[in-house]
Amino acid sequence: MATLEIRDLHVTVEADNATKEILKGVDLTVKQGETHAIMGPNGSGKSTLAYSLAGHPKYTITGGTVLLDGEDVLEMSVDERARAGLFLAMQYPVEVPGVSVSNFLRTSATAIRGEAPKLRTWVKEVKEAMQRLNMDPSFAERNVNEGFSGGEKKRHEILQLELLKPKVAILDETDSGLDVDALRVVSEGVNRVRETGEVGTLLITHYTRILRYIKPDFVHVFSAGRIVESGGAELADKLENEGYEAYTKGGVSA
Amino acid sequence: MAEAQNIPVGSTTAGQIAVAAESTVATRMSAPPSFDVADFPVPHGREEEWRFTPLERLRGLHDGTAAATGDGLKVDVQAPEGVTVETVGRDDARLGKAGTPVDRVAAQAYSAFEKAGVITVPKETVLTEPIRIAVHGEGGTAFAHQVIELGAFAEAVVVIDHTGDAVLAANVDYILGDGAKLTVVSVQDWDDKAVHVAQHNALVGRDASFKSVVVTFGGDVVRLHPRVQYAGTGGEAELFGLYFTDAGQHQEHRLLVDHNTPHCKSNVVYKGALQGEGAHAVWIGDVLIEAKAEGTDTYEMNRNLVLTDGARVDSVPNLEIETGEIVGAGHASATGRFDDEQLFYLMARGIPAEEARRLVVRGFFAELVQQIGLDDIEERLLEKIDEELEASV
Ligand SMILES: Nc1ncnc2c1ncn2[C@@H]1O[C@H](COP(=O)(O)OP(=O)(O)OP(=O)(O)O)[C@@H](O)[C@H]1O
Ligand SMILES: [Mg+2]
Repeated sequence: MATLEIRDLHVTVEADNATKEILKGVDLTVKQGETHAIMGPNGSGKSTLAYSLAGHPKYTITGGTVLLDGEDVLEMSVDERARAGLFLAMQYPVEVPGVSVSNFLRTSATAIRGEAPKLRTWVKEVKEAMQRLNMDPSFAERNVNEGFSGGEKKRHEILQLELLKPKVAILDETDSGLDVDALRVVSEGVNRVRETGEVGTLLITHYTRILRYIKPDFVHVFSAGRIVESGGAELADKLENEGYEAYTKGGVSA
Repeated sequence: MAEAQNIPVGSTTAGQIAVAAESTVATRMSAPPSFDVADFPVPHGREEEWRFTPLERLRGLHDGTAAATGDGLKVDVQAPEGVTVETVGRDDARLGKAGTPVDRVAAQAYSAFEKAGVITVPKETVLTEPIRIAVHGEGGTAFAHQVIELGAFAEAVVVIDHTGDAVLAANVDYILGDGAKLTVVSVQDWDDKAVHVAQHNALVGRDASFKSVVVTFGGDVVRLHPRVQYAGTGGEAELFGLYFTDAGQHQEHRLLVDHNTPHCKSNVVYKGALQGEGAHAVWIGDVLIEAKAEGTDTYEMNRNLVLTDGARVDSVPNLEIETGEIVGAGHASATGRFDDEQLFYLMARGIPAEEARRLVVRGFFAELVQQIGLDDIEERLLEKIDEELEASV
């Protein structure tokens, strides 16, 4: 069973010629089939956690370990992490001019699966996945994320999630910028992947809204670079009613 | 690519818009245009038109020491039925009608060629197959002149491939009759040692459209000078270019669109990628809107992607406007590095670094190729780009 284990993770960034510690000791274990929601105020370090797990070069790991099925993730390059089964749906997906979605998806699937998918079944697979996400077939010929609306970018991220079938999916604010219809479509996509029971999900969000569609097994409150409280789905209700105030004003020390 | 306007690594991006100024495009040249090499002093390298060019690598094309060698260059023309292909002497009246040499090497080429090629597509002839010109260097030095003339309402695609090793100075004339449509794809796929200096003169007839696609991959020094003038109103010129400048290569594209006629259009888009120590790309984009050229619509753009340290770009767009009665005039130039965020995104989807870099560069060029609007040429170009990237990125 696939397990992602994060132990005492410390991360810094370089900003304005100064080194700033953003993550200050994150501990978390995500097992296959589980869904963990990470909730926290703006700037608390949620995206930093997501990027650090994926290996973004801007973030320096200064302490701690991350293991995927016992393998040292921090030793792996960005692409090796993805091939090992980590997937990051980005808060702000990047435009890649001149690279079509279909070329991108196929190149990526080829890399992840270790061989090029058979053209005929592949075309069908992509078409059906796009249909389920209410994406117009014409998206396949457009350049990656170029001119996509916020909602279209997020659907495109979930399309990749469905096609690449990772062991651990980190979804960074997949709900932000979505209207209610798009939120439902995207959530259904995530749920289809979750229902296979083969993915561990780390759902990063600022709002409780998405948790009406995607039911977490665990909820963690993130503040000032670490997890300050963990609980079940009921913790989300508390956040819904009380907001993050108790955590940001130093009311809780983890 | 990041929207960096200017980056260090020896890149300069300068631009200027001169309104109703003196015609500096003309005045900054060391001598007025002429067919006679004797009218141009031997350049020393500080002249405006030569200041980016490594004269010492021109193998004597600029100072009269280069001499033609008999068999150095093979030219093979394949033309569909209805097209006339001729080899003519220096005195043929059709030569030099599209433009006059503007620098010493072009004048040298005009003064030294022995035979010229003339390809004629008669009026109202619409070709369904391209005319193919294969220029293959076999290590010699050559001076050449080529004329391609389309009669009124004729339509043709010409593909010129340059391969092998040569020292070549040439003038190429494109003459478009009224309503004619000409697309020229010129691919510089030379071996590493080749030196190629050429002036391209297009004379665009009334309501005619000229499309030029310049693709430069190879050579030690390639310096091309595509120039456009209009012979009647309603003419359109699109100049596309892409170059991939590797370590040690000097690739220079100097363009001039002379809006000398009212109600004409031009669109210039050149994109280049550079990598390796001593890779040097130069792009000069001169657009001149003369006082009489009311209703002009023009845009020019140059973008460069610098893949490694040690490469240098000089990009100089220059728009001179002598009348305010125009539809539009714009220019842009940007030089940027690899966008780390793009690489990260691709790699986060399992794509290895090298392949991700190739995808980004391919995409950078594909954006331009997609604008050309001719399916089979687009495909061919993308294949060429893939080959080039496969070999070098
Ligand atoms: N590349 C970077 N350079 C400089 N500072 C950074 C960088 N990345 C993150 N930070 C800083 O680290 C802190 C945490 O940012 P992060 O994006 O991880 O927060 P977040 O919890 O995802 O916020 P949001 O809810 O707004 O998405 C912020 O103060 C941010 O400014
Ligand atoms: Mg964030």
